[in-house]
Amino acid sequence: MRAVYILWIRQLKRYVRKKSRIVGALGQPILFLIALGFGFGPIYARAGGGDYIQFLAPGIIGMTVLFTAIFTATEIIWDKQFGFLKETLVAPVSRFEVMLGRTLGGATVATVQGLIVLTITFIAGFRPYNIWLIPVAIFFIALISLLFSAFGSVIAARLDDMQAFPLIINFIVQPLFFLSGALFPIDQLPDALKFVTTINPLSFGIEGIRRALTGASFFSYSTDIIVLSALSLILLTIGAYQFNKIEV
Amino acid sequence: MLYWDVAISFMYSIEVKNLTKKFRDLSAVDDISFSVQKGEFFAFLGPNGAGKTTTIKMLTTILEPTAGELFLEGVSVREKPAQVRHLFGIVFQDPSLDNELTAYENMKYHAILYGLSKELYTKRIKELLDLVQLWERKDTYVKNFSGGMKRRLEIARGLLHHPKVLFLDEPTIGLDPQTRNLIWNYIKDLNKKEGITVFFTTHHMEEVDRMSERLAIIDQGKIIAQGSPEDLRRKTGAATLEEAFISLTGSEIREEVADVGKNQMRIGNKMMR
Repeated sequence: MRAVYILWIRQLKRYVRKKSRIVGALGQPILFLIALGFGFGPIYARAGGGDYIQFLAPGIIGMTVLFTAIFTATEIIWDKQFGFLKETLVAPVSRFEVMLGRTLGGATVATVQGLIVLTITFIAGFRPYNIWLIPVAIFFIALISLLFSAFGSVIAARLDDMQAFPLIINFIVQPLFFLSGALFPIDQLPDALKFVTTINPLSFGIEGIRRALTGASFFSYSTDIIVLSALSLILLTIGAYQFNKIEV
Repeated sequence: MLYWDVAISFMYSIEVKNLTKKFRDLSAVDDISFSVQKGEFFAFLGPNGAGKTTTIKMLTTILEPTAGELFLEGVSVREKPAQVRHLFGIVFQDPSLDNELTAYENMKYHAILYGLSKELYTKRIKELLDLVQLWERKDTYVKNFSGGMKRRLEIARGLLHHPKVLFLDEPTIGLDPQTRNLIWNYIKDLNKKEGITVFFTTHHMEEVDRMSERLAIIDQGKIIAQGSPEDLRRKTGAATLEEAFISLTGSEIREEVADVGKNQMRIGNKMMR
């Protein structure tokens, strides 16, 4: 387990040393919060939905976590290109530990970014209905972080360079975000869209955060937790296999 | 495997049988066989692109052979890679440091991956960083190091855990004679004291003459000569090992062609140093 620890701490060190990245990653959520929150707010209210910021904030937190977690996985690709991955792969450490250490590192980074954005939503006027449930929301932030950090690792382990990355952003990450119930309520969607949204794992995470912070929910807590943790475990296993196949 | 084969394979530290690696149509390593005895100082020579690094990658579990068998200390590399990783250490030919970490952090990362106790790695990191004269710079980020400093750090890191077999892929590339001397003496000492098998590649023939007990020359993926430096000189009638090497491999300059994409990067990395 010391190996998992050192892999984890390495990622955290790299994260805190890149201040520009921390700040840069906050641009998108702030923009979404302002543009969508205040832009659609009046329409949402007129349609009888209430305060849109109250609905949107958990979605934006989920978005931050999704993007950050998947972006951290690109470090695997950099490690390949800079040669550092070899150092890790020849070491007497099981591939599962490599995958776990890397995933936990990325997940921790994503969770911290999620917490920063949670704080920002408070400034934008978001008010949780019960502050004692904030830890539950953080728990869900951590679960999504873990899931998508693992997911990112599984993909990145297969890629040799960054050129395929826009493809992943446009065809995987963006759809995951837009079809997740982050921006609009799931229950009144057309059937096809509703189906896609309800099988999107991010929906479960965002619903978990939303229920903890605003009381509204589509799925139940237990469903959210089971879906997110089961998928994380599956991806960790797949990732370990992928790391086993890497040739550097 | 027959009982007798098992007994024989335990005598060897490294054993390679009919090893082949093809990248598409090109055979980077073409049906080679050789063995290295325990505790031996073995040089693996060849012109650029001959297949040295490809062979080392296969021996160190990070490249799957197309055909053939490899054993390290009697353990099959292809069947039990996890077990084999406990047996060797390696200094790679191309950079493998984390530039965003300090020299000390790179060393510590390695120590912990290899399960060294805190007491042991604290002592060894100091000793090795002193050896390569980087102790004063231990808290500097590697990205601020010169090429030579990075190389020294790579070597120090490779010597941190004491494996059964040590692979050194052109370890002294880009280093001045003083540093090369220091490092080779340290490795020789390690080899003698702990019986570590050393398998190294280099283009400096005087290093081979001084250090190695036996050598193999690989050219265009095939082993074309094996023996002691003395044997090779006698066989070719050359006065120096360098002349023997050139007479065996010819004097034309080689292109590195195998696995184009990755090798482009490798060549690029070499140039950057």
